[in-house]
Amino acid sequence: MSHLDSLGGTSSQRRHLKAGSAQRIREFAIRVWRCRVSYALVAPFFVCFAVFILVPVIAAIVLSLTFFNTIEPPRFIGLRNYVTLLTEDDVFMTMVLPNTFRFAVVVGPGGYVASFILAWLVAQIKGKFRTLLTLSLYTPSMAAPVAMSAIWLVMFSGDRIGYLNSFLMNIGILNEPINWVHDPAWLMTVMMIVTLWGSMGVGFLAMMAGILNVDPTLYEAGRIDGVRNRLQEIMYITVPAVKPQMLFGAVMSIVGTLQAGSIGVTLSGQNPTPQYAGQLVLNHIDDYAFIRYEMGYAAAVSVVLLVVMYLTNKLAWALFGPRGDD
Amino acid sequence: MRVAGRSIRIDTTQVIIGLLLTLLAAFMALPIVFIFMQAFKPLSELFLYPPRFYVMNPTLQNFSRLLTTLDVAVVPAVRYVFNSVIATAAAVTAVLFVSTTVAYALSKHDFPGRKLILDMTIVALMFAPQAVLIPRFLLIQRLHLYNTYFAHVLPFVAAPVSVFLLKQFIDQVPDEMILAARVDGASEWQIIFRVVAPICRPALATVGLLAFQGVWNSMETSTYYIRSEAMKTLPFFLGTLTSAMTNNVAGQGAAAAAGLLMFLPNLLMFLVLQSKVVQTMAHSGLK
Repeated sequence: MSHLDSLGGTSSQRRHLKAGSAQRIREFAIRVWRCRVSYALVAPFFVCFAVFILVPVIAAIVLSLTFFNTIEPPRFIGLRNYVTLLTEDDVFMTMVLPNTFRFAVVVGPGGYVASFILAWLVAQIKGKFRTLLTLSLYTPSMAAPVAMSAIWLVMFSGDRIGYLNSFLMNIGILNEPINWVHDPAWLMTVMMIVTLWGSMGVGFLAMMAGILNVDPTLYEAGRIDGVRNRLQEIMYITVPAVKPQMLFGAVMSIVGTLQAGSIGVTLSGQNPTPQYAGQLVLNHIDDYAFIRYEMGYAAAVSVVLLVVMYLTNKLAWALFGPRGDD
Repeated sequence: MRVAGRSIRIDTTQVIIGLLLTLLAAFMALPIVFIFMQAFKPLSELFLYPPRFYVMNPTLQNFSRLLTTLDVAVVPAVRYVFNSVIATAAAVTAVLFVSTTVAYALSKHDFPGRKLILDMTIVALMFAPQAVLIPRFLLIQRLHLYNTYFAHVLPFVAAPVSVFLLKQFIDQVPDEMILAARVDGASEWQIIFRVVAPICRPALATVGLLAFQGVWNSMETSTYYIRSEAMKTLPFFLGTLTSAMTNNVAGQGAAAAAGLLMFLPNLLMFLVLQSKVVQTMAHSGLK
């Protein structure tokens, strides 16, 4: 770490200061002033960071303690929003929460494990073919849900003109067309498939790059130490070596799972989704914030989501994060 | 003998893995192939029953209809494309510039608060903006950014992932190199743009690509932060198209054409930059 800029300004103020806190503040101020170039470099990012991430998170917490309908100024009501959420919001408890849980477990850990396995498999292939495979696995994650909705809608269309229905009826699996995106029994499944399809993203690339970069001599050393098969190789050599990238992948996967929350509304074309079958926490927030204009309540739901997100990430750090002996 | 046996074993596993992956990749590519097919289908083939996956007589009808007249939209489609291009160009430039300077300072400078900002950035990696949509929306209104082009750009400049990836990459640049440049009288500015940036080209390419995808694909800014139809972007237009097309077959072709227009730049950019992206991702580890 190199220290920058010793040109630092000299304070012309010369007051008699008692040694102690005043002195220390002054020294700190001088240090800060010396580093002004560093702060100038950090400032543009930090301002945007504060305005669009830091302040919104704090504001969400404050708003969650109020009743706010965007017309009257927010009124402080303590924890009532949270109490309502836990005791009175039947839709949240019986539909949104279980839906989100099911969706998150399949798409989060499911998609994550799939990314790791695929990353490992792709890394075993050599040359141009690997590039081609990487490309075709990563491509879906680049296609925005809204760009693909044109395709999903005709593919999963509920009548017999729908491509999937037509195909399945043709080969004799179905007798009657299924209304994939409007039938509450199917919407969630379609949401999961569509999201998993697009989940080989940045995390997948990171893990693949990590696996490709594992020092080959480690594998040789492992063989001498008695590693007998590929599975042991993965367990004892690859995973420990790629742990940092796996953690990055896990963080990206948690964020990605959350961001996929609007897919149910995109597919079914309505919020709330049919009989709340595809309603996830994000849709619930949207519903209260921009349809019912109960901003305070929506903020409380957001805070719960942020907390859950944070705890999930803690879990990921505990699993893959650096240990004391690393 | 053993060596030969081993190399044969590796070859067969490679072939099996290769076959499996090819099958999977082909399956995953289906929707992508489908959007190409659909975008070039003439009306008669969109109406076809039973539906056919591939296109027989490709035509540009859908694109011309998309770009000329479409009754669902108040503003011509070109306007949305134009807005998207402007917003994306501005945001990518801003992200590259802002992330490089901050990543350099976090990596190579020592100043009070450095650790705090770095830690906050890493915590923010797990941040999903959708979770705080409401306060963001209120804040954008209060700051008079509502219904301005800035609302399309600035939210993306707070890009923790970009800062993190760049910082990891800049960490690899030897301190001596920067010191030498400083001794030669280079300003911090020159160090960033003449010394650090050229070395970090792969990371810059990656960050540029991620920023591009984020902005170009984003429907959030147009939906929540922009009122005037004439200032909204392509993804929003596409959203209105698809919601209007449920019982409108003619619209399906146009929606697929618009979807393809939205998807293609992503694909082309990744094709050009993919080796740089993989190179950067090797340094993405969180330790």
